[in-house]
Amino acid sequence: MTTFLWVIFPYLCLTTFVVGHYWRYRYDKFGWTTRSSQLYEDRLLRIGSPLFHFGMLGVVGGHLIGLVIPQGWTDAIGLSRHTYHVIALAAGVPAGVAAVVGLVILVYRRRMTGPVFSATTTNDKLMYAVLGAVIVLGIWNTIAGSWLQFGGDYNYRDGVSPYFRSIFAFGPKPELIAAAPLGFQVHAWLAFLLFAMWPFTRLVHVFSAPVGYLTRPYIVYRSREPRAVRVMGSRAPQRGWERVG
Amino acid sequence: MRIMAQLAMVMNLDKCIGCHTCSVTCKQAWTNRAGTEYVWFNNVETRPGLGYPRGYQNQDEWQGGWTRTSNGRLRLRAGGRFKKLASIFSNPKLPSLQDYYEPWTYDYETLLNAPAQKNFPVARPYSIISGKPINVSWSANWDDDLGGSMEHAVKDPMLKGIEDKVTFEFEKTFMFYLPRICEHCLNPACAASCPSGAIYKRSEDGIVLVDQDRCRGWRMCISGCPYKKVYFNHKTGKAEKCTFCYPRVEVGLPTVCAETCVGRLRYIGLVFYDADKVLEAASVAKDTDLYAAQRACFLDPDDPEVQRAAREAGIPQEWVRAAERSPVWKLISKYQVALPLHPEYRTMPMVWYIPPLSPVVDVIRDTGHDAEDAGNLFAAIDTLRIPVEYLANLFTAGDTAPVDAALRRLAAMRSYMRERTLGREPGPAMAQAVGMSEEDLYEMFRLLAIAKYADRYVIPTAHAEQAHALEELATECALDGDGGVGMGGSGPVGEGSGRLTPVALENLRALKARAGGSEGGELVSGGSTRGRVNLLTWDGKGIPEGLFPADGKDG
Repeated sequence: MTTFLWVIFPYLCLTTFVVGHYWRYRYDKFGWTTRSSQLYEDRLLRIGSPLFHFGMLGVVGGHLIGLVIPQGWTDAIGLSRHTYHVIALAAGVPAGVAAVVGLVILVYRRRMTGPVFSATTTNDKLMYAVLGAVIVLGIWNTIAGSWLQFGGDYNYRDGVSPYFRSIFAFGPKPELIAAAPLGFQVHAWLAFLLFAMWPFTRLVHVFSAPVGYLTRPYIVYRSREPRAVRVMGSRAPQRGWERVG
Repeated sequence: MRIMAQLAMVMNLDKCIGCHTCSVTCKQAWTNRAGTEYVWFNNVETRPGLGYPRGYQNQDEWQGGWTRTSNGRLRLRAGGRFKKLASIFSNPKLPSLQDYYEPWTYDYETLLNAPAQKNFPVARPYSIISGKPINVSWSANWDDDLGGSMEHAVKDPMLKGIEDKVTFEFEKTFMFYLPRICEHCLNPACAASCPSGAIYKRSEDGIVLVDQDRCRGWRMCISGCPYKKVYFNHKTGKAEKCTFCYPRVEVGLPTVCAETCVGRLRYIGLVFYDADKVLEAASVAKDTDLYAAQRACFLDPDDPEVQRAAREAGIPQEWVRAAERSPVWKLISKYQVALPLHPEYRTMPMVWYIPPLSPVVDVIRDTGHDAEDAGNLFAAIDTLRIPVEYLANLFTAGDTAPVDAALRRLAAMRSYMRERTLGREPGPAMAQAVGMSEEDLYEMFRLLAIAKYADRYVIPTAHAEQAHALEELATECALDGDGGVGMGGSGPVGEGSGRLTPVALENLRALKARAGGSEGGELVSGGSTRGRVNLLTWDGKGIPEGLFPADGKDG
């Protein structure tokens, strides 16, 4: 069971994540969008969306640092575990709170604004449920572990982080995560599920972050031929028929 | 010199009667789809008035277009690249649906299903967005013909500086129509605002298009365009805009709006311009110099040097010939009667307008004087400051001199032709008074008043060797691509996902679905649309399913 939950399932999810994105980009560029609903409702979005998105940027950054950088490295530069923890909490809690508050505003808006709600697909609802659960569990783990000391002090950098790195080293160590508190386990498992859903939801817009805008020239010129002909929707030359003469 | 060709349009406002045929045919061709109900690539506004979307010209509020910084550089008015990216999670300057209008339909079912009663049943309006009953209080053309002008037209941003002089008493006011499409600017602020780089200018003909595969729905183009001519399709989550009917002009046909214009007031042709000069011209210090600066970017197609450069730049000979015959070039640079719309936005717009003489003519006629007499017309142009100043606010950033000059030429043409028609000898004095020759006046008359189809539209075709691949020709079967006929509706990952459908194919499918009622959608009042026929989209061929009752007993 541990092998399925923490080895097979994660690899299935991550494969789906990678292959799914390739497939979606290849076959559904037209559907690849933020699906903005700002036209329907503006007031709540103006507060909720930046809160959520900037909060999430912080949260994701924090996860990268916490999961990717081994504890040994921070020990080596003389950063004590306590200091690391304080820094992580000082940066992570505001980001987490911003993300949660933003999410609550956005979900409230989505449910209570008629046009926004009718533009919400089942796909969206499922995704919000999983995303919400992952975020709430993450916050719970932080609070339960650090402040409430609920279920004893757990250092995720001894368990969850090495497990996470072991997956990408293709030498998974499921026993590490299996020993973590249940909150961490569910958080991680749902996160894998979210990764599997990712390419098939509106979350794909994360990979459209337009950083190229900072360096490209303002006005883009493009020729009609030969690529543009395809853009206009005409058929690509079919295989099998070679033009003669 | 980097010579480029631009397909441009000129509209002769004197001949616009505000019939909205252009708007309706454009909508039928391009935006009769779900998600674009509120979108009019072409709209006709009554001036003075608020326009569509409401008050779009007030850039203090909407922050569209470019501004010149104190060190002489151009900057997007809404902020630079970093500011754009920082505000990407919620666009601070996006017009709301209420600024356009909330699209609606009527509960027609009630008219058919209501039981016998004393009072005639009424079809109530329902919002297409929320599905709830709405009280219609604004639309794309709510202030048509100065309707409600005391409430709406007085807020026209273009009345700035002359508000005390304009009266809205009906017998004293002036009015004209302004049809608008995308300006296909030389320095498009929408393209510059697009974080994804999805909006591009075609290097062959300068048409500005949105790549639907690259657009990610950040909506910055909508804020960036000062003319508010980029729209958000709320079903697909992508930006859409006027395409200058590229599938038509590529095969030499005029745009749908131009083709169907009953007033024959639109002109389409090529303009050659020097792309290296555009940025410099858009950055001149004074707003009032922008009109002249933009004209200075254009290259004379009759100049052998320009023709040689065009050929060297790979522009086909057919295009060089077309540029020589271009009515747009003649109206802008030879006769100098066409003016750009809002040059002060510094986007270098390429849809120009011949200002209307009619407000002036109307006043003279109403006072009982001869409205064809050059002396009367010249005097009136000098005295009637209000229409002239208003036109200058629209077309020359407030400088009345170019508007004056254009109106004088139109007035001279009018008087000159009256004299000729009455068999008198007008003499060269009238033409010389406006700096033209008699031949030019007559040619301008031919172009503006006779306005032959072949003179109005000089559109070189795209390269013939590609023509078979252009979808509108459909010499290949458009249905045999991947996905084929069965594709359509919603893809697996939300509405509008899946392979991109060719424009014409989608319209055909949508029309069929609507005409035959095969969508099986629900009416606002409950019943099903199955078996219903929309006669507006029925092409008159065949008998659509549901046009007559199936069993024939009612027929």
